[in-house]
Amino acid sequence: MQRLDYILKRMVMAIFVLISVSILTFFIARVVPSNPAAAWVGPHPTKEQIEKATLELGLDKPLYVQYQRYMQDLLSGDLGTSVRTHQPILSDIKTFLPATLELVFVGMLIAVLIGIPLGVLSGAFKGSWLDHFTRLISIAGVSMPVFLLGLLLQLLFFRQLGLLPLGARVSTEVALFHPVTPITRMYLIDSAVTGNWTAFKDASIHLILPALALATYPIALAIRMTRSTMIEVLNEKYIMAARISGIRERSVLFILALKNAIVPTLNALGLAFVYSLTGAILIEIIFSWPGLGTYVTNAVLGVDFPVIVSVTLIMTVFYIAINLILDILQAFIDPRVIIG
Amino acid sequence: MTTVAPDLEIPIEDIKAGKRVTEYHLMWWAFRRDPLAVLSLVILLGFILGAIFAPNLTPYPEQGRGDPNLLEKFSPPNQGHLLGTDYLGRDVLTRILYGGRSSLAIGFLVVIVAVLIGVPLGAISGYYGGWIDNLVMRITDIFLAFPPLLLAIALASALGASFTNTMIAISFTWWPWYTRLVRAQTLSLRERYFIEAARSIGVPSWKIITSHVLPNVMTPVMVQATMDLGGAILVGAAVSFIGLGVQPPLADWGQMVSIGRIYFIERPWYAGSAGLAIFLVTLAFNLLGDAVRDAADPHTRRVVDVGR
Repeated sequence: MQRLDYILKRMVMAIFVLISVSILTFFIARVVPSNPAAAWVGPHPTKEQIEKATLELGLDKPLYVQYQRYMQDLLSGDLGTSVRTHQPILSDIKTFLPATLELVFVGMLIAVLIGIPLGVLSGAFKGSWLDHFTRLISIAGVSMPVFLLGLLLQLLFFRQLGLLPLGARVSTEVALFHPVTPITRMYLIDSAVTGNWTAFKDASIHLILPALALATYPIALAIRMTRSTMIEVLNEKYIMAARISGIRERSVLFILALKNAIVPTLNALGLAFVYSLTGAILIEIIFSWPGLGTYVTNAVLGVDFPVIVSVTLIMTVFYIAINLILDILQAFIDPRVIIG
Repeated sequence: MTTVAPDLEIPIEDIKAGKRVTEYHLMWWAFRRDPLAVLSLVILLGFILGAIFAPNLTPYPEQGRGDPNLLEKFSPPNQGHLLGTDYLGRDVLTRILYGGRSSLAIGFLVVIVAVLIGVPLGAISGYYGGWIDNLVMRITDIFLAFPPLLLAIALASALGASFTNTMIAISFTWWPWYTRLVRAQTLSLRERYFIEAARSIGVPSWKIITSHVLPNVMTPVMVQATMDLGGAILVGAAVSFIGLGVQPPLADWGQMVSIGRIYFIERPWYAGSAGLAIFLVTLAFNLLGDAVRDAADPHTRRVVDVGR
């Protein structure tokens, strides 16, 4: 029951935050710009355009009426129209979001597979060369601008070694002769489902560098968190008992200790996931990845204000949803959070 | 734990003479003994002084301000141009020195503004509790619900691309962390006897906050601020990489990477040097932050001392 109460409480809070976030984005869209109507229609607006936008957005009405209209549009899925592509923003987002999500998912997978084991080992062998090495990686990882990392990876793997492609989701040949049938628009899934293995291989190769660049920060975070909690957990008596009773060290570290050390790491990775959604913006520019990041950046360059505001709102909704899911997961993994 | 090695630079003489040794003295002693911290400080001072005295240091001050030099487009690093020249033939090292002005300033200003908003709010929220606390905390929840980079982008584009607006936009995403930090500290301070004593002799609340609560939360705030400087510079660089922030012809590191990335594969020195400057400064601030944290904590401070 306590768990249910906790989950309900978290959900109510999330709804409250969602509403407040919509108010704040409303302010950014309609109140902060010196001329909201002009900002809404893009660069070099004509007088007629501004008048039309003023009428459409209801800018001549009081703020609460404007907000009411804004929420009505939002709830009916109308995020406005892009100044640049002249498409409804929602359909643009549907096209671009899967590319970003695919990148972020693969990046997180890499982070979990590399970061957690490295964290466990450097926590277990505190002070060893491995520990110093991972400390170096994690400090450099949090200090490295992702765009520089992306460029350096390109320089090494494309220019010097000629192993991996420079960017894009698939090569031109594959796009022409083995096109991926869009189902989810995540190429790995779509090509696997349709049995298009040429495209699957090509898409995987194209994913390596951007996903690796994106994974660096989460890896650094996962190492740090896992290491510090591992050091704490390994001092517990039950670990000593397990070691005395002759359980293999591998099982002690990766099963008995990790089970208790993983909660803060999961939390950190949840944050890292959310961070990656925005980190992807920078990575996508470097790797010409046609995702939300490229969409936003083009919007910034083309003064496509409605797109910037809508993407911010959509990403924030994602952010809130992920945090909610994490909190609920945590309530199941670690019952202590319910009381705290 | 309290045994002190004899060769320590603990101010034994001062202590014997009955001089007052403050917490900050001890922090400085511990800090000085950390070679990485000192190295970071040197790197940072190098960049800061380079940015301040850029016009005196470079033979090409006019290029630092943005004048093109089209005869020497894209020359690789050489005697006259240690880091090569950019797409308009300007000396890259000069551009980096000048770019440091906005890139470093944004880091400092963001953290300062965030501290100025966040710390008082946190102290008030933690000290008074009740509905004030609830209100302030719910507001921080809202701000923390946004992905920081996107909120900064949205705000900066609503305000218009410029240095000041970028600074304001990033500060807006940053202050809630200080509010939370200071509130948590204040909550535990509030229960301590010296605060209760002050309250019981009728010291007004504002006075307790300003002269008893705030001085006692300054150390964790200082540690956090040092650690955040690197992060703020990174976000500032990211925002100007996207095309908001300082506009050409003025130089800025993020903007230099943004322009230079197009030529990067063939001519890596331009975007590479600017990116490396961001990396070095952020790294130095992070190391410095770690060192300040260790120096501020009496436990790690003592371990550091005896270990040498």
